[in-house]
Amino acid sequence: MKKLFWFGVALLGACALGGIALHRGETINALWIITAAVCVYALGYRFYSAWIAAHVLTFDATRATPAQRLNNGRDFVPTNRWIVFGHHFAAIAGPGPLVGPTLAAQFGYLPGLLWILIGGVLAGCVQDMTILFMSTRRDGRSLGKMARDELGPIGGFAAMIGTLMILVILIAVLALVVVNAMQHSPWATATVFATIPIAVLVGLYLRNIRPGRVIEASVLGVSLLLFAVVGGGWLNDHPTLGPLFDLDALTLAWFVMGYGFIAAIVPVWLLLAPRDYLSTFLKIGTVILLAVTVVWMHPQIKMPALTQFIDGTGPVFGGKLFPFVFITIACGAISGFHALVASGTTPKLIGNEMDIRPIGYGSMMLESFVAVIALIAATLLDPGVYFAINSPAGVVGATAEAAVQTISSWGFPVTVEQMNSLAAAMGETTLFARTGGAPSLAVGMATIFASAFGQHLLALWYHFAIMFEAVFILTTLDAGTRVGRFMVQDLLGHAWRPMGETSWYPSVWISSAVVVAGWGYFLYIGVIDPNGGVNILWPMFGIANQMLAAIALSVATGILVKQGKLRFAWVTGVPLAWLAVITTTAAWQKIFAVEPRIGFLAGANDLATKLAAGLLPAKQAAVAPQLIFNLKLDAVLTVFFAAILWVIIIDMLRICRRVVSGRPVMPSSEARYVAIGADGSGVAQ
Amino acid sequence: MKWQFAQRLWQVLRTVADDDAYDRYHEHHAQFHQSEAPLDRRAFYLEQQRRKWSGVQRCC
Repeated sequence: MKKLFWFGVALLGACALGGIALHRGETINALWIITAAVCVYALGYRFYSAWIAAHVLTFDATRATPAQRLNNGRDFVPTNRWIVFGHHFAAIAGPGPLVGPTLAAQFGYLPGLLWILIGGVLAGCVQDMTILFMSTRRDGRSLGKMARDELGPIGGFAAMIGTLMILVILIAVLALVVVNAMQHSPWATATVFATIPIAVLVGLYLRNIRPGRVIEASVLGVSLLLFAVVGGGWLNDHPTLGPLFDLDALTLAWFVMGYGFIAAIVPVWLLLAPRDYLSTFLKIGTVILLAVTVVWMHPQIKMPALTQFIDGTGPVFGGKLFPFVFITIACGAISGFHALVASGTTPKLIGNEMDIRPIGYGSMMLESFVAVIALIAATLLDPGVYFAINSPAGVVGATAEAAVQTISSWGFPVTVEQMNSLAAAMGETTLFARTGGAPSLAVGMATIFASAFGQHLLALWYHFAIMFEAVFILTTLDAGTRVGRFMVQDLLGHAWRPMGETSWYPSVWISSAVVVAGWGYFLYIGVIDPNGGVNILWPMFGIANQMLAAIALSVATGILVKQGKLRFAWVTGVPLAWLAVITTTAAWQKIFAVEPRIGFLAGANDLATKLAAGLLPAKQAAVAPQLIFNLKLDAVLTVFFAAILWVIIIDMLRICRRVVSGRPVMPSSEARYVAIGADGSGVAQ
Repeated sequence: MKWQFAQRLWQVLRTVADDDAYDRYHEHHAQFHQSEAPLDRRAFYLEQQRRKWSGVQRCC
């Protein structure tokens, strides 16, 4: 009976996927995509993850976990599996799976969908589960520490530097997404600004009025946030207050940098912790609402399965389908960042090794599903509208007329009137060239919510979606800057000891300023770039994130081989090889491609030639030297990422060769076997 | 029956949201560390947040 059921699931999934792949009509229903996704996840979880758990990693239900052995009621606490699942999912799910699929939709819905599903089930979920398991077997050690213990100091150092670099790029690109969504939009700006005092209020409530009463405080805060969305609309129409919030991108960028610096040095209870509680409530609520509405309304997908932009000429970002769809969609398919969370708090809460499968593999599956939903929200828009929102002025033309003409000439008809009436319905003055993915996702979300709950609320839904994205982008920005600060303090502490003290104020200020200056620089360049900046930063972020995933998979593969499981090493080895191929190809193209929109060096040369020939308008000529410098810097950084990647892969292969030829290697750092005692704690044998 | 279910659901929600973190800490403390005085609600909350935000807690 059970076999029959799973056979049915496989058949249904195959039909849905086949239907999607072979479909050649005008539109396709989103329900096909949801069905295919659910079947693929169900099969991946039921069979692949179970097989890995039983035969490759060999989970042991009788083995005491660090939470049981070291239970101290604080960081090591055996916790119910569903609660750990909730915490872990909240920690891994950020804005990445929303933005990546939206940008990759320029290739059509099919490539992104296939990569999210296949990459998720065979690579991303496997990475998360494997690292969570390996960290649990090593008393909850971090990825960097595991790399050092198992591969050696080179691996450990590469992991640490890689993490710091990726943090800087990640924060810059996310900040740019928020800035692009807020520029010249008083409604969005006022609403996002209002989230700061609301978070502080919730922080004070949680510390002083009713300490630790998270639910009350969150209900209060979320109500205030909804009120801020409505209030923003009122402010937008106000003759004197409205223009005060009508800010250009550069001003907003300085605001975000100032905010990031303050958020990194004030106590966590004041801003970061309450903002995180609010964003988690909002995130889970909105994702559930969105998934239910998509299933309920089952909209038609209007984007073609494949567009002509697979040849690399796409307006949203330059580059061919291979390798750039795999770089653009990192979170949702495989995200190296998850390995940091899976080797952080989560392993210290695992109550039994058998819980690792739902928590590690299951959470990532859910995150992957969020990416599928985001892909649906982006592709249900008219393709013409999608390209009008996401194409930077530098590519399609600075005026509305020029933009619609360019986009219509690609075979995606759109008119100025259509865009203007859409902007008016969303309560915005314009939606042209609102790059970064957040506005087009918000339009998609607002469209689907309004189709379910009434068209007259379109503007409110749009700004709710912007607020929702901004709240958890800013949470990542706060948290990331703070983690970056700790890492810089740790590094500087080696040079001069007082700098390493995490609560010494001069050290806190200097190291926070260093981190903010790092991402602030890339944010500034992104803002002044006429091509929108996202088209440079997002691929760099993708390369950095996949590089981190490759580090995690190298550690995992090295450990498997050291444990004598060479014949199973392909489980992490194949995803690693794939990541190495796509990251290296993408890095190579970003550095050496002759097409100025793809290659950094070609872009720098192109700009320098135009500048020398006096072909640039005065405004662009003024910033051109900075852009040229930045393109060269980006090329250097990309070389650096690729170098780190190969250093760690070669280091891992060196260890594997030693193992295979029987030479000694560093001993396993796995904790000794201890059985679970009758009282649930660990008992030494 | 329904009431029990609702109560259970509420309990799960509280735990997932960290709302009952102090109660759980208090229970643990009473069981294993009777010799020392437990932290009060506020001190526990501040300590919990400090620990939580000392590592990588949020992704992309």
